[in-house]
Amino acid sequence: MKSFKNHLSLIMAIVTILFSLQIFTITERAIDAYERDLQENYSIVVVSEKSISNKSFQNMHPLIKKSELIAADHVLKNIKLQMKQTNIKLLKTALPKFYRIHLSKFPSPDQIDAISDAIKAHVGVTRVESFENSHNTTYKLLLLFKQVVLVLAVFIFIVTSLLMLKEMRIWQFQHTERMSIMALFGAPVWLRSAVLFRLAVIDALLATLITCVAFLGMLNYGWIASELEVIGINITIFDLLNDGVSMLVLALGLSIFLATMIVLGHKEEV
Amino acid sequence: MDKVIYAHNLSLAYNDRETIINDTSFSIGSGSFVFITGASGSGKSTLLKSFYGAIAPQRGDLIVGGVELNNIAPKKLNLLRRHLGIVFQNYRLVNEWTIEKNVMLPLIISGYSKDVSTSQVEKLLRHVKLSHQSGKHPRELSGGEQQRVAMARALSHNPILILADEPTGNLDDYSSQVIWNLLQGANLQLKTTVVVVTHNIPKTLNLEYKHFHLENGVLNEVL
Repeated sequence: MKSFKNHLSLIMAIVTILFSLQIFTITERAIDAYERDLQENYSIVVVSEKSISNKSFQNMHPLIKKSELIAADHVLKNIKLQMKQTNIKLLKTALPKFYRIHLSKFPSPDQIDAISDAIKAHVGVTRVESFENSHNTTYKLLLLFKQVVLVLAVFIFIVTSLLMLKEMRIWQFQHTERMSIMALFGAPVWLRSAVLFRLAVIDALLATLITCVAFLGMLNYGWIASELEVIGINITIFDLLNDGVSMLVLALGLSIFLATMIVLGHKEEV
Repeated sequence: MDKVIYAHNLSLAYNDRETIINDTSFSIGSGSFVFITGASGSGKSTLLKSFYGAIAPQRGDLIVGGVELNNIAPKKLNLLRRHLGIVFQNYRLVNEWTIEKNVMLPLIISGYSKDVSTSQVEKLLRHVKLSHQSGKHPRELSGGEQQRVAMARALSHNPILILADEPTGNLDDYSSQVIWNLLQGANLQLKTTVVVVTHNIPKTLNLEYKHFHLENGVLNEVL
């Protein structure tokens, strides 16, 4: 029973760390997905008297990914019935060109200004509409999300460090006496530490297993995914192969680090 | 008689400050049974610790089992300790291990095969009358039983030297007698050198022994 409790203290600490890490990963994925979504939906509209090629747009600013000509058919649809076909053709050639500009990433307000200025400087461009006001509101919201994630990451780091320190003290207490007794009978360092490292590896494996099972259970229940879908974010909550391996590497790394610190810090009692 | 322990102008101190053993010389012959007595705080336990290398000599020479302990390398010290059997007043058993595994510890460290180790442990547990307790953990046993386990552990690998620090300090008269009998048996039958630090020399021993007394940091033989 005591041995089980000894295992449980480290397993629970690692499970807490792994859980925090996965929640952090999910939050980051959600924000990335949100940012991608914003970037895909955001575009700048350019009005020009002359045709501008895709290549020319790309040369104006490095953030410009591609341009797309907006067909004038939609504008002309309403007046089609009242005009002759020849007049419509003439009107079509006289109308300015409308372009939708897609960017390679979601820009900051300063970048939008720089892009607008670069486009405006091109000959023939009469107007650039960047929807700056609504963009700024969205951008600030995204910045807020990113700040929240940063605070969450710092918080997780502090909690993890505290848990590790606490666990190190428990381990020191649990294992120092045995290691000292083994040293008294001439056990080499590797033999004294073998039990410690075996426990560390077993506990890391168990903690990873528990966390993976918990997240797989959540996937089946699916409420997190449906909540995210409601707000239009579609992300992977838990990928057994990638996330599971990351968790295992982290759990093993943490527990082996702990064991190593105990071994290095072990001084023979005098 | 070969010398198992040889000290010449030996001084011992904790952290190079307060000198506890001061410029003392003595030797302990192979196969002898030795008591070291002295007042509380006189440095008896410190002296015993120096025999198994837990405290390095501050000055002078100390040779145990033919191994010089001044600036000894950790590997060499480990090798020496595999030939020593150490018994403490507070038993110092590994509480999360069974009695059987505790007794087996020196055999595992010395690299004995599992078969040899198991049969040796069975024999020793029979000898200390604890065969029926082999699967239990130390905390399930009385103090006297725990010290018998510690004795079995100290004897398991046929050491050249048994070092016992107040081995009966926490025990009742009956348990103390059992421990003295075991130490006496090891000395008489196996010719193992025994060094015991104690306050009181038992009157029931049927063997010849040497008595050293420690006073003012100097060890003198009581004749």
